[in-house]
Amino acid sequence: MIKMRLFITAILSVMISIVAFAQENTSDIGLMRSNGKIFVVMAVVLTILIGLFAYLISIDKKITRLEKEGSNQ
Amino acid sequence: MIRKYWWKILSFVLLVYTCTYGFYVKVPRLDDRMKESIRNFFFHVPMWFTMMILLLVSMIYSIRYLRNPSQKNDAYAVAFASTGVIYGILGLVTGAIWANYQWGSPWSGDPKQNGAAIAMLIYLAYFVLRGSLNEDDKKGRISAVYNIFAFFMLFPTLWILPRLTESLHPGGEGADGNPGINGKDMDVQMRTVFYPAVIGWTLLGVWISTLKIRYSLLAEKKYNND
Repeated sequence: MIKMRLFITAILSVMISIVAFAQENTSDIGLMRSNGKIFVVMAVVLTILIGLFAYLISIDKKITRLEKEGSNQ
Repeated sequence: MIRKYWWKILSFVLLVYTCTYGFYVKVPRLDDRMKESIRNFFFHVPMWFTMMILLLVSMIYSIRYLRNPSQKNDAYAVAFASTGVIYGILGLVTGAIWANYQWGSPWSGDPKQNGAAIAMLIYLAYFVLRGSLNEDDKKGRISAVYNIFAFFMLFPTLWILPRLTESLHPGGEGADGNPGINGKDMDVQMRTVFYPAVIGWTLLGVWISTLKIRYSLLAEKKYNND
């Protein structure tokens, strides 16, 4: 448990420290249209990722339910 | 590992991080031929890292099966091998897309492309072999032996042969560094995306594999009860 917490803290601390990089002025066109609309691609990729994870979670839950039913018999 | 869920959340967090900061992070320009496509390092290369890790786990379970022929060890070996192959195929396809715009054609017979394709075919033969044997005991043992052989074929096909000849991939003859990641191409900021990406994709692969394992153990149980 302690190892796991250390692991997560280490990774999170790496991420937080780098958010400080790469800032630019996006006040005129808005974030989504800045940088050649790259954030539109980011939004699409994120949607796919979240969709796939939601699907995985639902399969995981179904299998868990089957396993519980199996052990009750 | 299967019952706990913190690592599934971690996988999600790491991949969301990869797919956001991976687009945002400042990348080196190098000689400016790669332009923004250098960001494929965050998506294409982790496919291969993950594949190797999953196939290594699969091989370990095949060895365990030979020491202790249980249905569980066999299920683990198969599930990790098939998820590993899926990652390998995704690696080939993403590589072909990238190569089309970087090297001029999706398949230029680069030694590393050929090696990776051969490695995938060797693994596909593993599933053909399993499918062709009916007896569970024989299927388990023969496919476990083959799986160990298949894993060690990754060494020449992916790591040794592509380094001995001219290659478009980093690390071929005349270039230095690792054919997977070239130290000169990745700066510190890229690494802060790349390594979390590898961990995230690996955890996702483990998750998919555990779902397959749980499904096949359930199916086996049901089959035995009926």
